[in-house]
Order: sequence, then structure tokens, then C-alpha cells
Amino acid sequence: MNFETTIGLEVHVELKTHSKIFSPSPVEFGVDPNANTNVIDWGYPGVLPTTNKGVVADGIIAALALHAEVEQHTHFDRKNYFYPDNPKAYQITQADKPIAHDGWVEVDVDGVKKKIGISEMHIEEDAGKNTHERDYSYVDLNRQGTPLIEIVSKPDIASPAEAYAYLEALRQRIQFTGISDVKMEEGSMRVDVNISVRPVGQEKFGTKTELKNLNSFNYVQRGLEYEEKRQQQVLMSGGSVRQETRRFDEKTGETILMRVKEGSDDYRYFPEPDLPALNISDDWIKELGDAMPEMPTKRRERYVNDLGLTDYDAMVITQTKEMSDFFDATVALKADPKMAANYLQGDVNAYLNDNHVDLQATKLTPVNLAGMINLISDGTISSKMAKKVFKAITAGEEPKAYVEAHGLVQLSDPAKLQPIIDDVLQANPQSIEDFNNGKKRAVGFLVGQIMKQTHGQANPQVVNKLLMAALQH
Amino acid sequence: MNYFKTDLASLHADLVAKKISSKELTQATLDNIKATDPKVDAFLNLNEEAALKQAAEIDAQGISADQPLAGIPVALKDNIVTKGMKTTAASKMLENFTPVYDATVTEKLAQAQMITVGKTNMDEFAMGGSTENSAFKTTKNAWDQTKVPGGSSGGSATAVASGQVPAALGSDTGGSIRQPASFNGIVGIKPTYGRVSRWGLIAFGSSLDQIGPLTHGVKDNASVLSAISGHDDHDLTSSTQAVPDFAAELNEATSVKGMRIGLPKEFLAEGVSDDVKAAILAAADTYRKLGATVDEVSLPHNKYGVAAYYIIASSEASSNLQRFDGIRYGYRAQDVQNLEDVYVKSRSEGFGDEVKRRIMLGTFSLSAGFYDAYFLKAAKVRTVIMNDFKAVLKDHDFIMGPVAPTPAFGIGAEIKDPLTMYMNDVLTIPVNLAGLPGLSLPAGFSNNLPVGMQLIGRPFDESTLYKAGYAFEQNTDFHLQVPTLGGQN
Repeated sequence: MNFETTIGLEVHVELKTHSKIFSPSPVEFGVDPNANTNVIDWGYPGVLPTTNKGVVADGIIAALALHAEVEQHTHFDRKNYFYPDNPKAYQITQADKPIAHDGWVEVDVDGVKKKIGISEMHIEEDAGKNTHERDYSYVDLNRQGTPLIEIVSKPDIASPAEAYAYLEALRQRIQFTGISDVKMEEGSMRVDVNISVRPVGQEKFGTKTELKNLNSFNYVQRGLEYEEKRQQQVLMSGGSVRQETRRFDEKTGETILMRVKEGSDDYRYFPEPDLPALNISDDWIKELGDAMPEMPTKRRERYVNDLGLTDYDAMVITQTKEMSDFFDATVALKADPKMAANYLQGDVNAYLNDNHVDLQATKLTPVNLAGMINLISDGTISSKMAKKVFKAITAGEEPKAYVEAHGLVQLSDPAKLQPIIDDVLQANPQSIEDFNNGKKRAVGFLVGQIMKQTHGQANPQVVNKLLMAALQH
Repeated sequence: MNYFKTDLASLHADLVAKKISSKELTQATLDNIKATDPKVDAFLNLNEEAALKQAAEIDAQGISADQPLAGIPVALKDNIVTKGMKTTAASKMLENFTPVYDATVTEKLAQAQMITVGKTNMDEFAMGGSTENSAFKTTKNAWDQTKVPGGSSGGSATAVASGQVPAALGSDTGGSIRQPASFNGIVGIKPTYGRVSRWGLIAFGSSLDQIGPLTHGVKDNASVLSAISGHDDHDLTSSTQAVPDFAAELNEATSVKGMRIGLPKEFLAEGVSDDVKAAILAAADTYRKLGATVDEVSLPHNKYGVAAYYIIASSEASSNLQRFDGIRYGYRAQDVQNLEDVYVKSRSEGFGDEVKRRIMLGTFSLSAGFYDAYFLKAAKVRTVIMNDFKAVLKDHDFIMGPVAPTPAFGIGAEIKDPLTMYMNDVLTIPVNLAGLPGLSLPAGFSNNLPVGMQLIGRPFDESTLYKAGYAFEQNTDFHLQVPTLGGQN
């Protein structure tokens, strides 16, 4: 029996606003429990929410980045449920008229391009956090009211690999807008997943299961792969899939039953009476659209078509807006694009990973990286010397000054190199004989001797050329 | 001290002229409340120490002519939060609740240097029309202590009517200022929705609630409304409309001459008592004599108001009152085994019957499968009712009618019969649904109990209501009659 798979993803993106969506409390992390809360966040008697206009703007920006249609006459709704991390016992969200609908992103899986639809996006508040100890549970409302955008996919995703690619495309595009850090590991991007399978040709969707505890894109893909197979096996053995919530186990890669779902929760949604409806003007949308940075897909096209990068290089450089901006700035300073791309995905990325920092938190600048690359290009330093220079520029040093101060200038002048080559040849007649007997290895030895004499400063290309000329003379 | 023979302007003049100090006035007010309150039970808590301290400070600074309310005592309904002063909403749920912040109206009164002497009794969470739903005490009508004061702002109405304070704030979701004002023979206004900030008003029906003043006379009412009105950044439903100095617009020349008044035939229909009808028809004649035209008009969908209101207000209340869950503040049940126990027991023990009834009604109306038939239908009815008013007010300056179908009823007479109780609001509820201003003022008596008249105006046109109310007051003497509080005074 052949099956087809349908995957649905609900992605929550935490916005980087200064204050919360409905209260003036700051949004920041790593502070004492309940430090960033006020009467509104406590759900105190008599308080009222006020809408943070920046959150609405971010919602519009996200909609534009995901090709979605902005709903210009929209409002908030209340979603009612009791839980200690939900102090009002309702969440202010959008149910009836979300801020945007009908968007899409393009994904590329194994060279096949596909558009994945987004059914709707809405803005809402996050809940607080409960922690449980033996005798007590504690409630921390710092996160209460942190602004979120929820992005709901259409049932277009047909494989775990597509799910991964969709998430990566979403992450990149939103990261480029700057409205969120979109980091799964820090919780600024969270994913709820559901999956169903059905025999090919069956019109009705299969019964779906929900997966929890998927804390990276990789786990999303692995959890879906496991679940896809599990559901197929259930159907092939004549069983039926139950509507249930399953937990992904990172160690075994399996999904484990958490609970069977019966019916659906009744959240008693109704329009939030404390907040006036939102009327979003054409001018505002245009203003936000005009200020949007170039999206990663456009940048990749430009890198490949105009700058001659490979698809792979272009993809790596556009992982984050900061990297891509850094690259653009470096190239604008006349650095060779291919070398700039190589440094960014090689030495720079290694440096960031080793030090667990973001590019914008380092002392690296496009001016210094371009300076170093240009010193390599004009032959002033060798790529070997550049290793030292790179280390210096990560410490914020200016490459040209560093090279001069440390005598790292490469010896490329034939008139200066020739006497050294002559001396080395004179001192090693055996090597000349070996060369003449066809032992090419001798060249390496001689180059090594020349480098030693010049303390590594000789330009290897020039040395090679001069040495070969002398040997074949 | 009682406030029957004076008004805010005279009190102000006496304070400026130092005929009396604010401290003396405050002390006398507190003494009088202590002497009279055992008969009427208008107050839940007095703010004695802080009030006297504030009065002394105001005396020390001196009161100037441009501070018309400075140094004058006021009482607040106990669903308006007061920093450091217990605020209970007359519920066991908040019996020991002391807020950490002030409502915007509390702050505005403090800026005007009025002195909050105490918090008044009410129906629990403002749900009711008799103040019998208070978890703590039943307030009595100032005119007859066997009768209800009306509600839910019954404590504020009785406090003013029995001369305890010259002004009090109430809140009105379906008639809760106007009906007790009417039952007690005083003036009360439900301002246009959005005129007064709701920040710090413990929410009942968020799309209907408004705070407003209760006073002896129209001009006093106008003074206090100006002081508490205006846009508030804390309340996005508060309006940016300019706030007139309403009282300054009232003087000897104030007239209704040339005004067109609509008298809806539905307001004098079945269920409205003969005495109430007679009082309103007499008031219509008074207005005609003063040069206005009174036309019979129709609000054909008025009769659906009560049904729509109890769905909308209860739905909003069911959500608003969920925060009283025993977790962060308020009443928490003791004998609990798990989280569900905390919720179920705290709420079962903390809320009274009427509150539970409305939470259940509202929860049901919002439930999946019933939302369209109830909440959504009620919202549509609300629009139809709004349009009825709009049509009449297009060519009428205001609408007149009764406030309530009957004068005050007996304590205990209706409390066991919620539907009869709900029908008392039939003439006030549509005004909240439409978001319009409604003024209640004395217009007659029935068996020695006051009968009120309601004036309903265009959005943000409280000015016209005050002018029409003032003109009526100047030409009648209903407002001059005062209760005897069991033979005293």
C-alpha cells in the first residue's frame, strides 16, 4: 500500500519588542522571577490591556515577509481557560480575524522547488511559566504578555524533509526582518506539529497525531519520520490511528503516547471588549514594506547571478541577516566575493561556534575582513600568514597595521628571492640530482628550505616559479 | 452635618471663605456617617485616618477659587480600586483585598482634592438591582428602611440621599447608577461609554460599564462628572472627546425652549406603574410649558434589550471574573488536594448565588455550538437597538422616560425571583447597550417614595441632558424634599 503524508505546523515566534504586548513591562530574559511584571501582568482586579503598536507593526512585517495578505480591519479575541500561568484565565489572541492570511514560502528539497502555503498568522500574548516542586508549584509571570506571532501552515507539507525546509525558510525570512531572534534553543521560536497519513487516492485526511517536545528542526524532522512510519505500520496491520498527543524522545528517536484526545477543548472565544478594533491603513503597510530589508531568496539570487557564488555558498551566507549584511559590506569594500564567502563560512563561522557568540557581538568588522582579503589578493600576505591576521582582526585589530607591525609582509620580489634560491640550491646538490632523476618530491624539500630561510615570508607562487626555472635551466 | 441644605458650590464658597475647614467638614461627615449608617448600611468601610490627614493637608495649603471640589468629602462604590484602602466589590472573594494601585477616577478625585471618606455597599460585583446581593450587608432606602435602595450602586445612592456625603461615585452596567438614584430621589448619570476611564473599575460587563456621579442636584452632578472624565492612556476604550465644564453651562438662563424631546411609547407601556406614568406625563407637560416640544416616538426593539443584555453582560462577566481563581489574591479555599480543588472550591465558596448564576449563563452563551444562537444574536440585537436610538435622536435633542417601572420595592420582595428583578432594568439597559448617556433625576413621588425620570442623549452630549435636567429642577420642587431617616434630622 502506498501512503501520502500531510503535515501541519503551528509556529510561535517571540517578538523582540521592548515592552509586552498589552502592558508596559519590559521584555527581557534572565531576571528574577516576576521582576518584569506589573498589575496588568498579574491579572489584577480593574486593570485593562493597552495594545503595543510595535507588535501590530511586527505582525504586518511578518505578513509581508511571508507573502501574506494583511487583514486591515481586525480585532483581538479572548481565549478562556484556567491555568496558574494564565493570570486572567483568558489569553488575548486573534481567532475571528487574524492579522494576516494566505501567505506562502518557497522551499527547495533535493533541488525540487515547492510553495508551502500559510493559512493564517495572528498576534497574541504568551503565558507565564509554572515550575513544580514537591510540595509547591511556583508561578513566574515574566513571560506573561510577551508578544507572539503564530503562523499556521496549510496542509501542503507532504514529508518530514519539507517540514524541515519550511521551518528553515520561515526562520530565515523572519530573522531577516529583525522582528525576532527565531532561535529554537532559546525558545524564541516554538513549533507544534501534527501529522497524518492516508492511502494514496483517499480523499479524506487520515486521523492526525500531535507531537510535543520537538526542540530543534532536526528533532522535528526525526520525530515526523518516526511518526510517519508508525502510522503507516498501524494502517498496514489493519489498525486505525487514534487522535492523540505523543512526545518525542530525543534519546531513542521514538514518539511516546502522552494522552488520547477526545473531542476538542471549548475556549469560548469572543471579541475582546477592552481593546478597540484595529484599522490598519494602506499607508502604514506601505511604510513598513518600504523599510523591509532584502529577503534571503533575493539575496541568494544576487549572490549567484551577480557575484558568482555557488548555490551552496549563497545558502550558507544567508543563514542570518547579520552574516549576509556583513558579506555585502565586505564585498562593497572591493573584497573578492568568493574569498569573502569562504572566510565567512569557514574561519568566521568556526570562530562564532567556538566562542558561542553571534556575529554582531564580535569585534569583527567588514572593513577589517575586506582589508585582510585585499592584502591576500594583492600578494602582500600569503593565505598562511592570513591565519595570524584573522586572529588579530577577531580582536579588533586593523589588518594592515598588524601586518606591518609584525613584519608579516610577504617576500614576492624575484630580485630578493633569487639569491636565496641560489644559496639553497648550492647547499643541496643532492636534491638537484634527485630532481633530475625524476624525484619530484625534491621540490617540496627545496621550497621548505627556502621558506625556512625567509622565515615563512616568501611568496610560495613566486618561489615555485623561480625554483622551477632554476632547476630546469 | 448633613448635606441636604447645601450644594457643592456653597460648600466650596464656605471653604474658601474659611467659614469651615476641610478637616471640620470631614470630621463632621464621618461623625454623621457613624451616627446614621446603622440605620441605612450604606458604607462597607470608612477611610477615617487618611481622610482626616488629607483634609488637614488641604487646609494647610489653602483652597483657592479655581479648585471647586477641593476639601469636599466623597464616597466611592466599592468596585472602584483605592490604593491601600480595602476594595471588596461586596464579595467574600475580595473580603480582605487591599489594592496596590488607584483607579483613574480615584486619582482624578485626588487631583481635584476631594476627600474619599469611605467605600459604599453594592450588589456583589455590581450584579443586581437592590444591593441585597452584597456578601456583607443590605443597604436600606433612605426614604423607607423597609425598601431596597436599588442597585447595584445602592450604597452610594443611599449615602447621598441620606445626607451622609454630598457626592458619591457609582458604576452603571445596566442601570446601576440611574435606578438607585431614582429609588432614592437623587441625581445620577450614566455617562456616554468612553467618557470616563474604566481603569481600576473591577470589570463586570466591559463593553457596558461606566462610572458616574450621584449627587443631590444636577449642577453638583455636572461638576463631579467634569472632574472624572477624559481620555486615559490606560483605557483604550476611553474617548479623546473634549470634556466641557458641564456645570459652567448651567445658570438662570438655561432653558429647554425650542428643544425637541422624544417620549417613546414603549417606555410607558405595560408593566410601568400608574404613578410612574403619571409623573413622566406631568414632566412632559412641564417641558412643554418651558417651551419644548414633546413627541411620541418609538423604540420598537427596546423589548429585546433585557434578553440581549443578560447574554452580553453575563458572557463578558463570565470571562472577567475568571481571574478570581484563588491563585494570586482574594479568597482561597483551605481544604484542597489539587489545582482543580483550588479553582472549584475557592470560586464556589467565594462567589454568591447571583454571581454564580450569571457566570453560568455567560459561560453557556459563549460555549461552542451555542455562541451563534446566543452571544452573536445578542450582539446583533444590540446593533438594532442602537439604530433605534440613532433614528429618534437624529431629530430629537434627547429622549425622556421613566428610570424604572416602579418605585423602590420591599427588601426581600424580589430577591428570590431573578426574572422579575431583571425586568426592573428594562428601561435603563437599552441605554448601556447603545453606549448613550442617561441622566436620572427626581420627578415625583408615589406613596412617599421617589419616582425618577430618565433623560437619554446623543453620544457625548451630556451637556444637553444636564441643561434639560437643570431647567426641570429649577421649575419643580421634587429635589427639595428630603427623607426623614426614621424621624431624625
